Amino acid sequence: MAERVNATGHEPDGRPPIDSDSGGASAGPQPLLVARGLVRHFPLPGGLFRKSERSVKAVDGVDLMIGAGETLGLVGESGCGKSTLGRMLVRLDEPSAGEILFDGHNISTLREGELKEVRRRIQMVFQNPFSSLNPRKSIGDTISEPLIIHGIGDADSRHRRVLELLDIVGLRREHYQRYPHQFSGGQRQRIGIARAFALKPKLIVCDEPVSALDVSIQSQILNLIEDLQQAFGVSYLFISHDLRVVEHVSDRVAVMYLGRVVEEGSTADLYRSPRHPYTQALLAAVPIPDPAVAQPDSVLEGGVPNPIDPPRGCHFHPRCPLAVNRCRAEMPPLMAEGSHKVRCWVNAPAAYRSGIAPG
Amino acid sequence: MIIGGTKALDRLDEPATAQDDPVLQVEDLKAHLHFGAGVVRAVDGISFTIRKGETLCIVGESGCGKSMTALAIMGLLPKPAGRIVGGRAVLQGVGDLARLTTKRMREIRGRAVSMVFQEPMTSLNPVFRVGWQIEEAIRVHEKLSRAEARKRAIAMLDLVGIPSPEERYKAYPHQLSGGMRQRVMIAIALACRPKLMLADEPTTALDVTIQAQILRLLNRLKSETGASLLLITHDLGVVARMATRVCVMYAGVIVEHGDVGDIFATPLHPYTQGLLASIPASRGGGERRRLNTIPGIVPSLANLPTGCRFADRCPHAYERCRKEEPPLAEPRDSSNGNEAQKVRCWLYLDPQRAGEGTLWRNA
Repeated sequence: MAERVNATGHEPDGRPPIDSDSGGASAGPQPLLVARGLVRHFPLPGGLFRKSERSVKAVDGVDLMIGAGETLGLVGESGCGKSTLGRMLVRLDEPSAGEILFDGHNISTLREGELKEVRRRIQMVFQNPFSSLNPRKSIGDTISEPLIIHGIGDADSRHRRVLELLDIVGLRREHYQRYPHQFSGGQRQRIGIARAFALKPKLIVCDEPVSALDVSIQSQILNLIEDLQQAFGVSYLFISHDLRVVEHVSDRVAVMYLGRVVEEGSTADLYRSPRHPYTQALLAAVPIPDPAVAQPDSVLEGGVPNPIDPPRGCHFHPRCPLAVNRCRAEMPPLMAEGSHKVRCWVNAPAAYRSGIAPG
Repeated sequence: MIIGGTKALDRLDEPATAQDDPVLQVEDLKAHLHFGAGVVRAVDGISFTIRKGETLCIVGESGCGKSMTALAIMGLLPKPAGRIVGGRAVLQGVGDLARLTTKRMREIRGRAVSMVFQEPMTSLNPVFRVGWQIEEAIRVHEKLSRAEARKRAIAMLDLVGIPSPEERYKAYPHQLSGGMRQRVMIAIALACRPKLMLADEPTTALDVTIQAQILRLLNRLKSETGASLLLITHDLGVVARMATRVCVMYAGVIVEHGDVGDIFATPLHPYTQGLLASIPASRGGGERRRLNTIPGIVPSLANLPTGCRFADRCPHAYERCRKEEPPLAEPRDSSNGNEAQKVRCWLYLDPQRAGEGTLWRNA
């Protein structure tokens, strides 16, 4: 089994001290999951007899902490690495480097056979409720499958547990024998949530759980996700491209750009006073559902650069209205002021600008 | 911006029309899908007009008939199931689109009215260069030499904000990003300077910063070309940003219709109110609140209830709502002066109940 490590006091070699303060441990909740220096590179196919030197740097050095009972929102545009990061935390994808501590255990080095216990504690809810359910399995079988795999209870108690889960997620007991095609998108997402909760996990990674749903159904599912957190104290990593939804559900938010976290902070800090020019642009781009409010006209030009060959220095500098010479030469670290962290030379916290901190 | 060769458009035989004639007038349009014994009443009697330079947004959830409305106007209903079974869609200078022959419709499509779809990757042909695809759209309608068409295609790429258009002219669709592909689609749609452009969820597949670019582009092109825009979306943020007027669709019919300011400031229909309240509001760091929800799901279009289609999900439904379908009409008590705002709800139309809608709205 995994080696027990002190999650808060651990400091890997060679990392600047600014990165070791993984998320306001002073006032915040107990850390449930801590990820350090997570990297996932997908090598590109090479020549006939050569291994390729090039790779897609999907996740390129991410540190994050998820506290017990809290929701960490993870936002970013397509290709920023947010889904890959989520899949690594559930160990559906292998990190190329870095470590994941869950409840104090290092789970990043576990082999497939040892992962069962982890999978029981960390579950996932997927985006597409149409492709994430087996069309040939009844709803009862789908929800009880994790219980069978983990050898929990006998047939009777499993049946009772599934009925209880159907109640919890707002489905009817007679749905037990029905099949996925008989359900609407919102109901299917409820089934996916029931399956994720079957093993009473501590952490659920939700990857765009409401993106495929209509707005009136989306709000039903978001309320359900929040109700379940209140009832069972589960933690969420909530991955979404929708900034409004993330603001609604999250206690803290991390913004990713090209494989790295560029800003992280409490939801209030990040939405009220975004520091990173990318976060500012993202927030300004969200259409405001009120024609009486003037939409900010600061439109970000260009698109996300190629993650195979990201720009030198700060990855955002080619699109950044504030970029200075240092941004083109040197990648800024994630610099913290309290629990608000930003990866930007120009809008760095005061302490870093005066040259006290390492640069 | 001047595009080479636009004179060609003047050849479109156009009877003299009054300035404020609507560009498109849709009256009681019905488009149904026939499957064996069943009929899906996808568009079930809708009416609206689009005036010159205006953006009309049709907003609604999946399956409400908003995309089918656009396909019916374009003569692109899925064959053989889809058919226009009633009503008219009169395009200025052309006539009733619902009654055109396939051949005549082909001449109109892309020239007087054009359409941009949601997914630019599947709407572009992957084996032809994008420049060639724009040229094709032009040469179908206008007798231009290759060189002239090429010049116009490059001008169009420039117009839609594609950097180094001479280079990108030679690119294949897969070499462009999603936002760039959507710009190419818009270039194709506008290449013959249509009076009306239909756009079905044009930014739904795009990231939010790219969406902002495309919306800004559409607004700029609209003012530069004078085209009208029929924009179909599920995103009320996009509606607020783009629309002059709004139609809210539910289960194949328009349930509310009005100026964008009125729809957002004083939504009348319980469905519109529910939609607006379901959007997660910015809470500026305040306490987290439960979201408003609309209970239940949309009724099946193959098996619609009698009476109001929203009654099963409506918190205010009463007897009459379940028996009799309300018409789309101005509220009896339109004391707020929003004459143009129409609603399909008995709470505003039933003499026994008149004013009640206003009462609970203000409560």
